[in-house]
Amino acid sequence: MSEQYMNDPMQEVFIFETSQQLEQMEQSVIKTEALGSYPSETINEVFRIMHTIKSSAAMMLINNMSVVAHTTEDMFYFIREEKPQYIDVSTLSDLVFEGIDFMKLELDKIKNGYEADGNPEILITKIKEHLKILKENNNLTDSQVVNNEPVKEKYYISSNKAAKISEPKTYQTILHFAEDCGMENIRAFTVVHNLKEITDAFKCIPEDVINDPDCVEIIKRDGFMLQLKTSETQAKLEAFFRTMAFIDQFEITEINELQEIREELNILVDDEEIMIPQLKNPALEMAPVKETLVANGNQSQSMISVSVEKLDKLMNLVGEMVISEAMVTQNPDLKGLVLDNFSKSARQLKKITNELQDMVMSIRMVPLGPTFFKMNRIVRDISKKLGKEINLKILGEETEVDKNIIEQIGDPLMHIVRNSADHGIETSETRILQDKPRAGTITLEAKNAGGEVLIIIRDDGKGLSREGILEKARENGVVGPEAVNMTDTEVFNLIFLPGFSTKEAVTEFSGRGVGMDVVAKNIEAVGGNILVESVEGQGTTITLKIPLTLAIIEGMNIRVGESCYTLPIMSIKESFIPKAQEVFRDTEENEMIMIRGQCYPIMRLKDHYQVKTGATQIEDGILIMLEGETKSTCLFADELLGEQQVVVKTLPKYIQRMKKIEGLAGCTLLGDGNISLILDVNGLTAPKRLKTNNYQSL
Amino acid sequence: MVEEFDEFDELELEEDDETEEGKYLTFTLDNEAYGLEITYVTEIIGIQKITEVPELPEYVKGIMSLRGQIIPVVDVRLRFGKPHRDYDERTCVIVVELADITVGLIVDGVAEVVAIPAEEIVPHPDLDETDSRQFVRGIGKVGPAVKLILDCQKLLEDNTEESYNQEA
Repeated sequence: MSEQYMNDPMQEVFIFETSQQLEQMEQSVIKTEALGSYPSETINEVFRIMHTIKSSAAMMLINNMSVVAHTTEDMFYFIREEKPQYIDVSTLSDLVFEGIDFMKLELDKIKNGYEADGNPEILITKIKEHLKILKENNNLTDSQVVNNEPVKEKYYISSNKAAKISEPKTYQTILHFAEDCGMENIRAFTVVHNLKEITDAFKCIPEDVINDPDCVEIIKRDGFMLQLKTSETQAKLEAFFRTMAFIDQFEITEINELQEIREELNILVDDEEIMIPQLKNPALEMAPVKETLVANGNQSQSMISVSVEKLDKLMNLVGEMVISEAMVTQNPDLKGLVLDNFSKSARQLKKITNELQDMVMSIRMVPLGPTFFKMNRIVRDISKKLGKEINLKILGEETEVDKNIIEQIGDPLMHIVRNSADHGIETSETRILQDKPRAGTITLEAKNAGGEVLIIIRDDGKGLSREGILEKARENGVVGPEAVNMTDTEVFNLIFLPGFSTKEAVTEFSGRGVGMDVVAKNIEAVGGNILVESVEGQGTTITLKIPLTLAIIEGMNIRVGESCYTLPIMSIKESFIPKAQEVFRDTEENEMIMIRGQCYPIMRLKDHYQVKTGATQIEDGILIMLEGETKSTCLFADELLGEQQVVVKTLPKYIQRMKKIEGLAGCTLLGDGNISLILDVNGLTAPKRLKTNNYQSL
Repeated sequence: MVEEFDEFDELELEEDDETEEGKYLTFTLDNEAYGLEITYVTEIIGIQKITEVPELPEYVKGIMSLRGQIIPVVDVRLRFGKPHRDYDERTCVIVVELADITVGLIVDGVAEVVAIPAEEIVPHPDLDETDSRQFVRGIGKVGPAVKLILDCQKLLEDNTEESYNQEA
């Protein structure tokens, strides 16, 4: 069953939409909670979303989700209709979050092809309990609302029962769905499905929305036409349509005789303009529709959603094109020829290629906002559980990074924020004793810096304890007695080693010692790095440096013997041809060079990677000064081949699985079709040194 | 749309099963002939320029570009612990794809594609399923000649002790 459902486009849309709505709801509720009361907008929003999810889940036969949504909807229905005075905002939010979590989990199950089998009983009982308490606290009798609750769905209408008694009337409605919503037939079906609950009889055009392949077009062009017989008033029908997702516009007219409808319909299909004068009260009707439109954020009509897979392919293609462009313009056959016209065209081609590349990159850029906002929830949960007061400040959430990178940094970010909230921020009592503001603050900031994005997680908690870390490190045998001489930065970096946790107590949220090393690994995987700064007693700042994009970098190609390597231009400080007498060695035969009073170690790539060919005399080659995250190194190579934009390709999986090669970031195809290995400057300069302590003395 | 694609894939696979069942690509190393299930083979190309990658086991010669795709190349001679032989015009690279991994295998020369029915394949005399370094899965009889049938999976696994030790 689940197998068969896997690639169901209807299901895909359901999952996508539902998770988006849940996300939206989560954000609004978090915002609301900070206010301390529920404004009517939020109540309406939760109600609307829950209602939509309830129906669509029922349509997808996912009953447990539907039931949870239904119960939550009931609760909010009560809140909205009765406007109770006393609402326990925090408990209410807890329940909503629990519901959201439950539904998210079920969605995940469905996405991965499992049955959505979570048991909603406990949650539902809880919600119902809460609803009861709400009612009791607000001195309302259960009789009117509760008794009806489980039996039948109620809309705005039911508070005014008088209307129900009135004679059934016939209405005609034309629904227009939002232009880009897609799958109009399924939307229409949802409407029909829901209508069944409030109408006595109805008819729709096109008739068979599910099986008629042409109906999507018809609905798109002419709208979805419904004639319905109901005892509800027109206002209530309007309200009903407004709760439905993706309805952009609708028009409702009252009709007296069926015969009339038929005629009118025929005219309508032919010419929509006739319809306008027939509108009962156009001004009144159009205005609220526009409002909901804005509220729903559905104005994004000039947007389309594209699968990431397609974008990846496009990006690969552009990458190939950049390479081919280099292959053509730097073709060895052209060497020494004077080709004015060719160069002109080649320049033009290069310009267009670059623009195309920028464009593709910008398509893939996504703002960090949603990822950041997710942290709200984490901070909220932790502060609530641990009884701490924590404010989360978010800055620069509009900063954009590549889609792939966003995916990679979500987990690490969550981990760091958790750590800060859990271990960093003290309890309110401790904070007051230390003359700090009662509530702790965690700041999440993102900003652009050159070709990189900086994500800064700052807390004003107790900071990292140098001694604590060192002690722990000694215990684990990570460092020896010489560690006393380590700089603060080096000490703080120890927390990224596997199995390292200074916290004895393992809490629900963090402290298991698996974490920071995973964080470091994930960040490194996208070519970024982490800096930790901390002042004990004042707080910790963790900075993630993330490359803007993974795919294309400005590179400098260098040659060592017959091998070619590429260095990111960003990390090259300078290059020069050394004189033999400038180079000296220490007692361990480590080569060094003094430049402007500063001493730099020399790394011979040839020896480092055991390249069989290449210059051995220092004056036959060139030294390239590289600036790593913590150290600078002079790299010795045979010659510089020139600057080029290179498309970063990862090393084949086969090799990645075999071994992580220190100092290699990937590989790239050069203009001549050869492969060059891309060097990772931080990998070359930083690690290994801790173990051997070779450069400790520097 | 998605569904359509899936069906299409399945259809193709079924066809593949029919036509490729029991067919082996045979190649030579020294005097022996080896067989590789043809399902895994995507193409055969001549030897190309290989870029060395440092710090890898000796049998991984490096990486090469296959129309823009970068694939690792393994020298099968070295993989089997045979001495290196200089590459010549008969040297070929068999590109195999297993799961999501694509690897080029350098062999002395490619012979032909033969059908060896399952009943013509006898098990290796001292087959030990647990020995991950035993590459020969069985011995196929083709007329008077024998072909050593290779286990593609094991061929691509990184199961040499020293590479683990290097890692540690």
